[in-house]
Amino acid sequence: MAVRVIIPTPLRVFAGKKDSAEVPAETVGEALGQLTAQYGDLRKHLYTEDGKLRSFVNVYVNDEDIRYLDKEKTPTKDGDVVSIIPSIAGGR
Amino acid sequence: MSGLWISKELAEGIRRHGAETYPHECCGALLGRDSSIAQGHDAEGKAAKREVLRLYPLVNRRDDSPRNRFEVTPRDVMDAEKAAGAQGLEIVGWYHSHPDHPARPSEYDRDHAWPWYSYVIVSVMNGTPQEMTSWRLGDDRQEFSAEPMEVRQGAAV
Repeated sequence: MAVRVIIPTPLRVFAGKKDSAEVPAETVGEALGQLTAQYGDLRKHLYTEDGKLRSFVNVYVNDEDIRYLDKEKTPTKDGDVVSIIPSIAGGR
Repeated sequence: MSGLWISKELAEGIRRHGAETYPHECCGALLGRDSSIAQGHDAEGKAAKREVLRLYPLVNRRDDSPRNRFEVTPRDVMDAEKAAGAQGLEIVGWYHSHPDHPARPSEYDRDHAWPWYSYVIVSVMNGTPQEMTSWRLGDDRQEFSAEPMEVRQGAAV
């Protein structure tokens, strides 16, 4: 099952400047795992130290937020598009 | 690190937004160009050049705590990206204000930051915009580095 992962602009420098990657995966978790296995520097920006997706990292499968599906266990099929979209937050 | 280029006009736009929303934090996207991701650009040995060419002011979605927090939702990010794309630009960073607080990133800023983006902060003291600085998160996420801001009289497109 080849899934296309869209890499957001701020992470492209860590993925050889690519804006997307095709990876074999049957779930969102597997797709992100494949991506970070290929591009290790992505890991710390996507995940906290205890392996959870950072709160400002939003993941969609074909425009649906995985928080409303089965999170990283959400199944993916051939041709699905997994998008990583930032939230931006901060403050004094 | 080479600096963030911005016109005097756009720098004023950020300060004005901060003054308008005071005592709440303002926020917005910085649209422009960065040679490190430009197609066909060979950046070997050359410092990347980054310019802000448009502002995309946003609504602070943290209406529960707008005096000390700001948030841009993924939908807002997608809107900003669409607007950038329509003008042949990229989102190169984000700006926000610190009401009655210095223009320095906080621990909270660092915790929530993305690498690569320029984070511009303007300090708004008693409603008056003052210091404005730009910051880039280190690749190891440990700290921000100050990014020199080059403010120019006119924008060169």
